[in-house]
Amino acid sequence: MSMINYASREINCKIVYYGPGLGGKTTNLEYVYEKVAPSTRGKLISLATESERTLFFDFLPVDLGTIRGFKTRFHLYTVPGQVYYNASRKLILKGVDGVVFVADSHPARLDANSESMDNLYHNLAEHDFDLRELPFVIQFNKRDLPDALSVANMNAALNPTAVPAFEAVATRGVGVFDTLKAISKQVIKSLS
Amino acid sequence: MLGALSWSFQEADSDRVDSLLEALLADSGADRALLIDRTGQLIAAADAAATTDATAFASLAAADFAANEQLAGLVGARDFSSLYHQGSRQSLYLAGVAGRAILALVFGRAVTLGMVRIKVRRALPPLEALFQEVFTRPQDRGDDRLTAGWANEVEVEIDRLFDGV
Repeated sequence: MSMINYASREINCKIVYYGPGLGGKTTNLEYVYEKVAPSTRGKLISLATESERTLFFDFLPVDLGTIRGFKTRFHLYTVPGQVYYNASRKLILKGVDGVVFVADSHPARLDANSESMDNLYHNLAEHDFDLRELPFVIQFNKRDLPDALSVANMNAALNPTAVPAFEAVATRGVGVFDTLKAISKQVIKSLS
Repeated sequence: MLGALSWSFQEADSDRVDSLLEALLADSGADRALLIDRTGQLIAAADAAATTDATAFASLAAADFAANEQLAGLVGARDFSSLYHQGSRQSLYLAGVAGRAILALVFGRAVTLGMVRIKVRRALPPLEALFQEVFTRPQDRGDDRLTAGWANEVEVEIDRLFDGV
């Protein structure tokens, strides 16, 4: 999990955005990159295909500055959502401190959401990691779709443990920072 | 294993790593030496050129190493203990350290791969010994600043930074 370097006085926390393909994980990171002050964030790295689908991961470091003598930084990662990239997803989960599940509100994507959630549990459990013990929030993205599934339905399908869930339209930034704030605070609480 | 347990580096650990990396740079003639946690976080860097985006470098090097470890499995190898990327001007050598870290050396055309291999092979045992010490000693946060007070201040900073953007 997180590495605390008392010598350089640094705390780095790894937050992974998980979810089905084309659900908006990369869009979340792009919006964060666009909106936070350049002094606060590092370079946005995207290992993507020519058609801009995530191939391996996106990575964005966000620096909170020095607090009580510790430089505190969040490393935000996305995973590739497509089913056949599972080996890559497992690698990105290594050392994770917190997970954001980005669900797609389109009715036709409900099965893909459920499969991805099962895959997340499975990938963590395979390594003796329990999602119920990790900082974890869900984002219901694409709430602007005219036929978006109701939040109640999505919670019923994807959120049996009632973790914090946020409605979002990531392309416009709606809910992006609410989600990031919630997971960041959970991760920080888990360290103290 | 996924999700290495939390671990911490103390002042003395860091001094030892810095000394080892500096000595490796001087010995090998390489431009940069970085020690990276397998999860993608930078542990230490000795950077003669001081131009590397070390955070991005650490994330990509860890991903590179992890992907190649999986490739090793697919071709029937137990692992690839080291990786070499050859460039026209700068090259990169990565070696695993104690299963938990990666030692990365960036070097120019004046330095041969054989020299880098020899120097890295010599540098690994003291680094691995240090990691064994770090991982086997009782976890002690060693500082009273990581308390609820610290968490509260971080939360205030999170609100300040992310509200109104």
